[in-house]
Amino acid sequence: MPAATNTKRNLVTAALVAPAAAWLMIFLVLPFIAMLVFAFGERAPEGGYQAAFTFAQFANLPTRAAAFWNTLVLAPIGALACLLIAYPVAYYLAVKANPRYRLILVSLVVVPFWTSLLVRTYAWMYILGSRGIPNLLSVIGIEDVRMLNTPGAVLLGIVYGYLPLMIMPIYVSLEKLDRRLLEASADLGAKPVSTFFGVTLPLSLPGVMTGVALVTILLLGEYLIPQLLGGGKVFFIGNALVDLFLQSRNWPFGSAIAVTLVAVVVVILMVAMRIAFRVAGTRQVDLV
Amino acid sequence: MSKWYRENAPITADQLSDELMRLKRGSVTRRHFLGVTGLGLATAVLARQPGLFNSTAFAGDLGTQMSIATWPNYHDPATFEAFQAATGVAVEVNVFGSNEEMLAKLQAGGTGWDLFVPTNYTISTYVKLGLIDELDLSKLPNYDAATETARFTNEGVVDGKTYAVPKNWGTTGIALNSNKIKTPVTSWKDFFEIAMTEADGRAMVHDYQLTTIGNALVSLGFSFNSIKPDELAKAEELLIKVKPHLYAINSDYQPSMRATDAWMTMCWTNDGAQLNRDMPEIQFVLGKDGGEIWSDFYAIPKSAANKAAGYALLNYLMAPENAMKEHIANGAPTTDSRVLKLLPADVTGNKIVYPDEASLTPLEFGAAVTLTDPGRAELMARFKSA
Repeated sequence: MPAATNTKRNLVTAALVAPAAAWLMIFLVLPFIAMLVFAFGERAPEGGYQAAFTFAQFANLPTRAAAFWNTLVLAPIGALACLLIAYPVAYYLAVKANPRYRLILVSLVVVPFWTSLLVRTYAWMYILGSRGIPNLLSVIGIEDVRMLNTPGAVLLGIVYGYLPLMIMPIYVSLEKLDRRLLEASADLGAKPVSTFFGVTLPLSLPGVMTGVALVTILLLGEYLIPQLLGGGKVFFIGNALVDLFLQSRNWPFGSAIAVTLVAVVVVILMVAMRIAFRVAGTRQVDLV
Repeated sequence: MSKWYRENAPITADQLSDELMRLKRGSVTRRHFLGVTGLGLATAVLARQPGLFNSTAFAGDLGTQMSIATWPNYHDPATFEAFQAATGVAVEVNVFGSNEEMLAKLQAGGTGWDLFVPTNYTISTYVKLGLIDELDLSKLPNYDAATETARFTNEGVVDGKTYAVPKNWGTTGIALNSNKIKTPVTSWKDFFEIAMTEADGRAMVHDYQLTTIGNALVSLGFSFNSIKPDELAKAEELLIKVKPHLYAINSDYQPSMRATDAWMTMCWTNDGAQLNRDMPEIQFVLGKDGGEIWSDFYAIPKSAANKAAGYALLNYLMAPENAMKEHIANGAPTTDSRVLKLLPADVTGNKIVYPDEASLTPLEFGAAVTLTDPGRAELMARFKSA
């Protein structure tokens, strides 16, 4: 009875998919539709939303150009800085570290996630504030150094906060790297440096792309770190959104910015995925 | 940013827990406990309602928790602990940096606040939007309109109905660390000049359109409440010129001032008094060119989940004995002559808290229109995103 089996199989599939589908529908699709509707509306006189159909909010987007610019510059810079630090760490963990301690070392990368990012960012406020590093510097005669509330502090916070998210995908792609390929490369006379750039790095690119996309996308919505370590002066789109909803109560404009941000994220994600798949795909062919 | 208000707990909290332990051990009577902790009056009031003195029935009526929305460093933590000890109701404290933020949350709904602390100029808008209830004064026997100073409390009454009762009044002035800044600062004009020179990188403005834009307007010789586009444009020009020199845009400036990360800030009376009390080098001055005088109120949101507890806490706070302790701890001047009589001379004689009448003359109360004016809201957003 193939038909009955199929029906049963379909029912099981539907039952398995239903919770996730309902979840996405209620918490992703419906809010997004609400946001789209709001984006074409008007700000009510006392704030909030009032029904209308206008493109005025999108026409107003250039007034937040600085926030978009800050975000679109600092997010890739932050991701790149994370990458430069994360790659050697991931390489060490996956290739060089003693396998006996590898699990412990990998766990240590994740340990900071056990504490809220808010608390850890507050700790940085203390370290960078007058009673922290500047206080130590004043001991050796360098007075009144200001570290907190600078773009550098924001970048530091970003690298600190997002480093584990970059290390993990790179580690995973390096860890499943076939060691025989490295040996083959060496046997064929390649120096370690050319083995790294010719074999290791290309094979780990999918992990790198995943890490960069993950960190960049999360950074595009970052609010907390610029607020706490930038003193509210280094302004991201996330901060612009908070202001629009919580201070000026301009929901339609806030929605328009949010919709635009989602569009930007989708484009970045598609490009990143395409590159990652292409890299992974071609290497796969080579291996076979 | 919900948090339990336990930090900086003054000695009274320890005394309270000592007394509570004694009560639990049975070494003192409940009456003694209520007397020494100042909870007697609240209990007496609550006792008028049948069955409330019994603590189980009590918990049933008031619930076990409530939520208040207020300002940073604005309450004596011991107050809420004492209230919990008396009623079994734990108070969750949410702090905000601007009235706009409170309004935005109430407009969006689902705040869960049972009591909140709006400033004078916002109340008419809350009433118009139907976000707050007229207060049932029969549930607030500790409040006495006759002992209040009308100048500070009249905006709580809209169309003859009382929607909010006063917490305290205050001013928005300048706090500066005199160890770091030697040039005298006596006006908002000075404030913005020093922020770009001697206090370069060390001055803070509020993350709050009313005071940040208002004081910039004052420094240019305009009204604190102006919504005229040409005057706002000049204020915006000044603010954007000052911005690269600022340390931060943040209404919670006490931590930065205490750590001497910041040397000068826009500052509310109560914060000025607290900072000066702990660090005498931090001075508080009023702008001789103007600035803000304000009063804060307690109001109950229409959406409050636990109105009974909201009223109970409000009535507790209105008792002069409790209000006196709040005033001593937070350093804001009282609107209630009953409280003024109870306050010690060193508080009433403190020129930060109770300045000379003459220094208040140039100050203005915030105007309702500034809360909803899209021009000011957009200006603030442009300033921050510049």
